[in-house]
Amino acid sequence: MPIADATPRPNSLRTGPDSRGRFGGFGGRFVAETLMPLILQVERAYDEARADPAFQRELDDYLKNYVGRPSPLWFAERLTAALGGAKVYFKRDELNHTGAHKINNCMGQILLARRMGKTRIIAETGAGQHGVATATVCALFGLPCVIYMGAVDVERQQPNVFRMKLLGAEVRAVTSGAATLKDAMNEALRDWVANVADTYYLIGTVAGPHPYPAMVRDFQSVIGEEAKAQLHETEGRLPDVAVAAVGGGSNAIGLFHPFLDDASVRLVGVEAAGRGLDTHEHAASISRGRPGVLHGNLTYLLQNEDGQIEEAHSISAGLDYPGIGPEHSWLHEIGRVEYAAITDAEALEAFQLCTRTEGIIPALEPAHALAQVAKLAPSLPKEAIILMNLCGRGDKDIFTVAQHLGVKL
Amino acid sequence: MSRIAARFAALRAEGRGALIPFLEAWDPDAATSMALLRGMQRAGADLIEIGCPFTDPMADGPTIQAAGRRALKAGATLARTLAMVRDFRRDDDATPVILMGYLNPILSYGPERFSTDAAASGVDGLIVVDLPPEESDMLLPHATARGLDLIRLVAPTTDDARLPKVLDGSSGFVYYVSITGITGTRSAAYDDLAAAIPRVRHATSLPIAIGFGVRSPAQAAEAVRVADAAVVASALIDTLAASLDAEGRATPVTVRRVLDQVRALAEGVRNARVAA
Repeated sequence: MPIADATPRPNSLRTGPDSRGRFGGFGGRFVAETLMPLILQVERAYDEARADPAFQRELDDYLKNYVGRPSPLWFAERLTAALGGAKVYFKRDELNHTGAHKINNCMGQILLARRMGKTRIIAETGAGQHGVATATVCALFGLPCVIYMGAVDVERQQPNVFRMKLLGAEVRAVTSGAATLKDAMNEALRDWVANVADTYYLIGTVAGPHPYPAMVRDFQSVIGEEAKAQLHETEGRLPDVAVAAVGGGSNAIGLFHPFLDDASVRLVGVEAAGRGLDTHEHAASISRGRPGVLHGNLTYLLQNEDGQIEEAHSISAGLDYPGIGPEHSWLHEIGRVEYAAITDAEALEAFQLCTRTEGIIPALEPAHALAQVAKLAPSLPKEAIILMNLCGRGDKDIFTVAQHLGVKL
Repeated sequence: MSRIAARFAALRAEGRGALIPFLEAWDPDAATSMALLRGMQRAGADLIEIGCPFTDPMADGPTIQAAGRRALKAGATLARTLAMVRDFRRDDDATPVILMGYLNPILSYGPERFSTDAAASGVDGLIVVDLPPEESDMLLPHATARGLDLIRLVAPTTDDARLPKVLDGSSGFVYYVSITGITGTRSAAYDDLAAAIPRVRHATSLPIAIGFGVRSPAQAAEAVRVADAAVVASALIDTLAASLDAEGRATPVTVRRVLDQVRALAEGVRNARVAA
């Protein structure tokens, strides 16, 4: 399976970014000079790898035999009946090795890091899923690995912290700022500046300086490519709507990108509305932010009137980020993708609905997408098809959910 | 001639290098940082660098991160930082003032309006850490049009092939980042600097300042022996931080201790070439 469509159509929405790493006005490379030569080195190495059939073959082999791809496409029949409208299909990326879509990207980037001769890997993580996936591929290839994780997230994602340690990673708890994903990313960038010679920074989402947003998207596009082919096989057509949760936006862009040029497919990204969009406790960068520069890219950010970055909030650690990938900002501005927002409470309700009707415990991140599906499905005819990315499993979240439901474990 | 060019020309005539101390605007409060700004010139600063607080200073170590947090808590904004420079200019029209910060607060202010207001306030140069030459068209035309110098960073990772790109559009002086690392963490060896600076010198006629890891009078002296200026930031902020009370507020010794250190650094810089 190609990791990116090599021959986009004229007027395609899939040709970005440009040579400056821009999607429309968004993206770019806003890093300190010390890092700039490294970023350019990653870009050159990725361009070469992408053009090398041997790299593709190696990646495909690991995706099939190690990650377990293709992930199934599941018709959620009881959920569909419960919602009483459109047919709901899940793209089951929670069945990947390590339990989320994050490993698709980690597999691609670790192979790139090896090609570049790098001997030490660093990464940031929010929910811990990207940290676990990074620690996993580092164990697989015997590379030392340091994971930066906000101290608040270390506290609320203990099972994943332990998993990373079992896999041989060093987990460094970050106490600066709000001690969540944004601060973990700052700290990873600081580590990279200090260890330029041997270290590869394995970014987990479609944000950061160019080429990361494009590269991570390419590695995640396997989600949408597979889903498109699988749906064609079972239903003989495209979905009417595709829905995915958006923090930084890697699972969403992976699902959406292969459908961008299919104008009939409505694409819906779901941001975390936390305790409500009109409170200060949410993570809805598009719904309530404005463009600015953070972590190397120009994109929608939560910020105050002085350009200081504001803290995000979500029940889901994976969505708790005050920015969003630059390609999403562009897709929002040109109106190709709609961005909705779902509150903590709505996500918790959807989490339980999915568990009881389908026997699948979703992560709190896709529970946001599911809550949006629950709003959409009843308003659509029964023959309509909604494709949702079930991007992670919820084992890691049961403690958080128990706490919110008032259950003591 | 700009204040920066005039100051370096005068120092060249004197045959000595420059000391550039750093303070974070509004750290730990407006009055203390204003007293530091006014006092630094009298304590021997040749140019002064003012840090603009930002929530996510990705090139800075724990010391300057903490300074930024104290400043933001005290109410620092970019507009208030410009107001500080305006107040300073009432008494001092000669000492060059350089603002160092990150791009987002400038974008939020509006690059054109910011350049206009900064120049009108008496700012001479800008160092924007996360604005590499590849992206600097967002700010450079506005800054240049208002006579502001855009001072670029050159790092040990900036190779000879890339150096001309970094220097193109640079003015005022060149800021050599002496280590691969964040601020306030470690120092470069003299031999490394002695090897690195001629490489930069060969590519530009602008003065060269060395920053990141310059802490002591002896290190400042070493810096101006191989280059034209020494920037000292984290060492001064460490002194400031150590003088604060348990709640992080300034005490009667705060300003005096920081300025005593500036005096010692200035002496190191002034004696550097005599001793050499």
